[in-house]
Amino acid sequence: MTRRAPEPVQVIKQRRDAALSALVRGVPYMQFLGIEFERRGDELTAILPYDDKLIGNPLLPALHGGVTAAFLEATAIIGLSWALIWDDMESGVIDPRGLTPETLPRLPKTIDFTVDYLRPGLPRDAYARARVNRSGRRYASVHVEGWQDNRARLFAQATGHFLMPSRDD
Amino acid sequence: MSDDKARIARQFIQAIPHSRALSMQVEEIGNGVAEISMPYDERLVGDPRSRVISGGAVSALLDTCGGASVMCHPTGPQGTATIDLRIDYMRAATPGQRITARAECYHVTRSVAFVRATAMDEDRDNPVATASGAFTVERPKAQRT
Repeated sequence: MTRRAPEPVQVIKQRRDAALSALVRGVPYMQFLGIEFERRGDELTAILPYDDKLIGNPLLPALHGGVTAAFLEATAIIGLSWALIWDDMESGVIDPRGLTPETLPRLPKTIDFTVDYLRPGLPRDAYARARVNRSGRRYASVHVEGWQDNRARLFAQATGHFLMPSRDD
Repeated sequence: MSDDKARIARQFIQAIPHSRALSMQVEEIGNGVAEISMPYDERLVGDPRSRVISGGAVSALLDTCGGASVMCHPTGPQGTATIDLRIDYMRAATPGQRITARAECYHVTRSVAFVRATAMDEDRDNPVATASGAFTVERPKAQRT
């Protein structure tokens, strides 16, 4: 039995980071809000660095509920797309170095999204992680948790359903 | 709602930093009904290939509009925050067109307000998204008992 030599770690990291960055950079609205993603293996954490323009209640002050919704929805869409492209990226079907907004796999479309606001969003950085609860050929169900200072004290959570991009599209 | 109250509500909403960032404009406000619009903007695009505006930006508009409908309810809440908001996306908004949201605060209790809202582009007969949500109602201290 012959075994292929494992890929050098830098090659793997570069490929995964390039794919993630192409996915996120392709969406102007995520750039507008300043959303970033951190990767550990296949686990993603979305980061929303604080900015004055994200405020919805200047008196408290608190993050705008719409910003929280948009942040959690972006986390869900990128999390789902990331799970979708993972195999193709690892097997070499997709070459992340050549990815542009035009050649990127199409993103899933939101069918519905429900946000549960648990406490006011504080004027500081926010984090979120998505969990794909079901991913079928046509539909997916994704849950997202958002927090700020303490991982266990969520400031918002959300559940959404998504229409999968068709494979031949 | 008196013209004066409506004017204050309008100023209040247009002073929200994030609403300003999205160039939201109050079209109508009073008696628990609010209509707020937002111009198409390349920075708000969610799908780079179709140039369709992001669902998140539509959420922000619907959330603002929902809050505004609570604030202008005749029972006079002093403040509000979203408890829960569900958005159904019916279709992609046409790129280049202004998005308008219309929200109605159809029921309030002492501490909760219930809201329905619709987002439309220039084709007002075919909504882009609908929303329903619950909001907190902040009352003046004396009224709380």
